[in-house]
Amino acid sequence: MDWLTILIIVIQCFVITLAVTTAFAYLTLFERRILARLQNRVGPNRAGPAGLLQPAADAVKLFFKEDIVPAMADKPVYLLAPAVAVIPALIIWAVIPFGCLNLNWDYQACYDPARTNLWNILQITDLNIGVLYVLAVTSIGVYGITLAGWASNNKYSMLGGIRSSAQLISYELALGCAVLSVVMTYGTLSTHEIVTQQQGGLWGIIPQLLGFVLYMIAATAEVVRAPFDLVEAEQELTGGYNTEYGSMKFALFFMAEYIKLIAVSALAVTFFFGGWHFPGLDILGREVTALAGPVAGSIVFGIVSLGAFLLKVVVFLFISVWVRASWPRLRYDRLMDLGWKWLLPVGLLNLVYTTVVIILIPDRVVHSWVLFGLGAITIAIAIGFNRTPKPIDNVTLVKDIQLPN
Amino acid sequence: MELILFLITALIAIVGAVAMLVSRNAVHSALFLLLNFAAIAVLFLLLQAPFLFTIQLTVYAGAIMVLFLFVVMLLGAEKVEDTPDRIAWQQPLALLLGLALLVVSVVVGLGGATNPPPESEALIQFSDPRTLGALLFTDYLLPFEVTGFILLIAVIGVVVLNQRGRKI
Amino acid sequence: MLANYAIVGIFLVAAISFPLIPLVLAFFLRPKRPTPLKTSTYECGLEAIGDVHVQFKVQYYLYALAFVIFDIEVIFLYPWAVAFQVVGLYGLIAATIFLLMLFAGLLYEWRKGALEWV
Repeated sequence: MDWLTILIIVIQCFVITLAVTTAFAYLTLFERRILARLQNRVGPNRAGPAGLLQPAADAVKLFFKEDIVPAMADKPVYLLAPAVAVIPALIIWAVIPFGCLNLNWDYQACYDPARTNLWNILQITDLNIGVLYVLAVTSIGVYGITLAGWASNNKYSMLGGIRSSAQLISYELALGCAVLSVVMTYGTLSTHEIVTQQQGGLWGIIPQLLGFVLYMIAATAEVVRAPFDLVEAEQELTGGYNTEYGSMKFALFFMAEYIKLIAVSALAVTFFFGGWHFPGLDILGREVTALAGPVAGSIVFGIVSLGAFLLKVVVFLFISVWVRASWPRLRYDRLMDLGWKWLLPVGLLNLVYTTVVIILIPDRVVHSWVLFGLGAITIAIAIGFNRTPKPIDNVTLVKDIQLPN
Repeated sequence: MELILFLITALIAIVGAVAMLVSRNAVHSALFLLLNFAAIAVLFLLLQAPFLFTIQLTVYAGAIMVLFLFVVMLLGAEKVEDTPDRIAWQQPLALLLGLALLVVSVVVGLGGATNPPPESEALIQFSDPRTLGALLFTDYLLPFEVTGFILLIAVIGVVVLNQRGRKI
Repeated sequence: MLANYAIVGIFLVAAISFPLIPLVLAFFLRPKRPTPLKTSTYECGLEAIGDVHVQFKVQYYLYALAFVIFDIEVIFLYPWAVAFQVVGLYGLIAATIFLLMLFAGLLYEWRKGALEWV
């Protein structure tokens, strides 16, 4: 590699990190505005036009906030925890393809799974074990919350930290199974290849409808979003693991949570919704190349693919906010039951479906739709089973209480 | 370049391990061990085994260390107590065994353990997950299934632990 | 191949510097006037009572144990997932046995109540 290449890569890394953090800042505004609308309020609209400077105002406030380190805290771990939380959230982005802008100026190379003649600056790097990298990084993500809970030396923090780490590891299994079924469908661990194989409209959600549902539930729990946000259940745990955190350190936890949310949405798009593909994208690339040459063709292709990707991600983020506004929080025992007794068995079942159907029916289109049907039936059955929660026998209902005379 | 990277990672691994041993707080020890695991993961990467790199991170750093932390936190046993060591004979034995391991590794390292050339067949097989998978399910099938069985026994162990002190 | 990971390394440096910059900046900007009362541990607005480091529910630990086992099993299936179309029927049988053991383990834990939150 020559120096120019390395320079471009370094710039690319910093630009993407900056872009992700900016996206985080505006996601907070987006969420507050949408939540406000869903609750018939207006939301923050004073700072700048339509409240667009609100993230900046928040940042300034957090910068000047006094930072209190509790005297009882384990200081080194207390200071380390926010950084440990943020770093995994950021480095997941290394393998996510946000689009395809080929710096070798040939848009068609984007469709090539072998990556010959492709230098895509809209993906930091494509690893041949990309999916496993994502899982490895997610599994490291447990530490930030756990350590914060432990180091604060506060009972609420400790409870929040322990709760969350048990939650995260439980749902990691379901997440692993869901992603595994995607890997099985496409026979590759490279995120770029997974995206290229979804060309032509047969997006991952068709063969992996069940995988998608599992992924969405598990991923929501993995980023501790509502309805799985037991970590910071205010009514019972005050602030949860970050009770004793303030100012910039608190902001870093907040940042980690939201960046992870964007990352899992981006991964959902990559695995199940065709990544940066969009109907008519290849025609656009061809026409622009014919009209204005390969350089313009690649640039237009790159920008449009990036736009398509971001649009899909925003849809997912909106759904996440919508869910937060609509659903109540789960109880902890129900949460663990859902993870271990529903998601994990169904995830394993999905692996069996995927294997058997793909081996029996080699044709891509047919087996995709067969799997779609199987997934839909399974989901219907699972929902039917889960309709009535079974009463707990060691609880006395109010109407059964015998009052002493 | 590769040598420099190796030396840095190896140094981090050793520092992590030593700090883990001398730390007086169990959670700090666990964190130093985590550092050590991460450094070892990078060493796997330098050996061109990316699959092992991710396994090291996911299983050791992501699962087993979480378990360690849980044990330490759940027992509330962070601080090392200054009670007399009840298994005092372990320390000299551990030193002896460690010394023996060092001698063996030096002998093996110096005495003609042949490193595979950088482009050997085994290396290529290990760096590509697809060939690795095919190998695991053909040539190394028996160890693989045995591993599965051992894990099943571990599951039973978990259940047994859970049943202790409760009527079955 | 290592070049790809070198890029991840560069990205890691960028990712580490990002939380550090605001932390360092905030360190210089913010006021620092700690008092014993400010730095005391929060607990319902009263003096904190007792120690945080008490024994927790054993269930947390059991879930963690089960997690380690199943995590290893799921990870083991990944190389097979990319190769199962190559290894064919032979691999299918092998993986089915493995999956069955996984299922059996899960079922056993379930029936014995190790997954119960009590």
